[in-house]
Amino acid sequence: MKGAVESVRIDKELNLKGKICPYTFIESMLTLEEMEAGQVLRVIVDYPPAVCDVPRSLKNEGYEILKTSPINETDWAILVKNKEME
Amino acid sequence: MKFSQEQIHRYSRQMILPGFGGKAQRKIIEAKVFIMGAGGLGSPAALYLAAAGVGTIGLADFDRVELHNLQRQILHRTPDVGLLKVLSGKKTLEFLNPDVNVQTYADRITAANIREIIKGYDFVLDGSDNFPTRFLVNDACYLEKKTLISGAILRFDGQLSSFKPHAGGPCYRCLFPEPPPPGLVPSCQEAGILGAVAGIIGTLQANEALKEILGIGKSMAGRFLLFNALSLSFQEIMIQRNPQCPLCGENPTIRELIDYPLQPCQAGTI
Repeated sequence: MKGAVESVRIDKELNLKGKICPYTFIESMLTLEEMEAGQVLRVIVDYPPAVCDVPRSLKNEGYEILKTSPINETDWAILVKNKEME
Repeated sequence: MKFSQEQIHRYSRQMILPGFGGKAQRKIIEAKVFIMGAGGLGSPAALYLAAAGVGTIGLADFDRVELHNLQRQILHRTPDVGLLKVLSGKKTLEFLNPDVNVQTYADRITAANIREIIKGYDFVLDGSDNFPTRFLVNDACYLEKKTLISGAILRFDGQLSSFKPHAGGPCYRCLFPEPPPPGLVPSCQEAGILGAVAGIIGTLQANEALKEILGIGKSMAGRFLLFNALSLSFQEIMIQRNPQCPLCGENPTIRELIDYPLQPCQAGTI
């Protein structure tokens, strides 16, 4: 399954470096709301609490977290799949 | 509509509520709420609705601010004494949230103008303190198919309900078919009111308006809440549509709006 995630197509990237919670979560959600159903968003954060909080909050809202991984010493990438049609 | 950074910051604490997000905030921003009375109930209701970002708020009141209003009518400040309440209220709401468009109605609301005014709104919140207005607002909301969020206060007691007969629930006249005879019910000027009671009921009206805007939670339609401040108790009773209701019943006798005479002792606004 991990291999499948590596090859997932990213439809949009959102750079939230410098942003703190809860704005990291809100801006991720606002971007997802404007994307097509099922599309994948890559969110970049550098606020340490956001690495746990953003995926958890998005999951609570019904979004699917595909992967959360470090990019370098300060930045993390969160791969999140948009909801299917409501 | 894109949110500005300022809007995201301003509304962040409600946008992170479960199920809210940008969609809910957009609904709030697009909502239009008409508030009858910029007094004890209308003040807290308008403040919370403006703070939440309700895009258009209509404020109707023909009175001017008096010193004895300030004990409970928290839209107004001491320097506002003598100003029209709707202008004082508009100023306060715009200071709180410049995004909000406040429409003011300083003329007396009557059978002749109310339908045309509420046509432009999604929801009506009644914060009037006299029966002629209360019945007028109810009847106009029924005829225009607008959800009415009704609040009332007296001394240490408060009442709350939502009326949406267009969606199947009862209207105000299902409970109270006709206004009581003048003099039977004391007006607020005779009976007194604890300011915080107005705050509690007006705030509950704002809460219900936001729920109706968002279509979340359990509506107060078909339910009637009674509050007493001294025992600090809430009592809920179920209310049903009355087939004999003169307005929304099976054989309605009221087909147009009525301006009941306003008694001098009921002339004040809460």
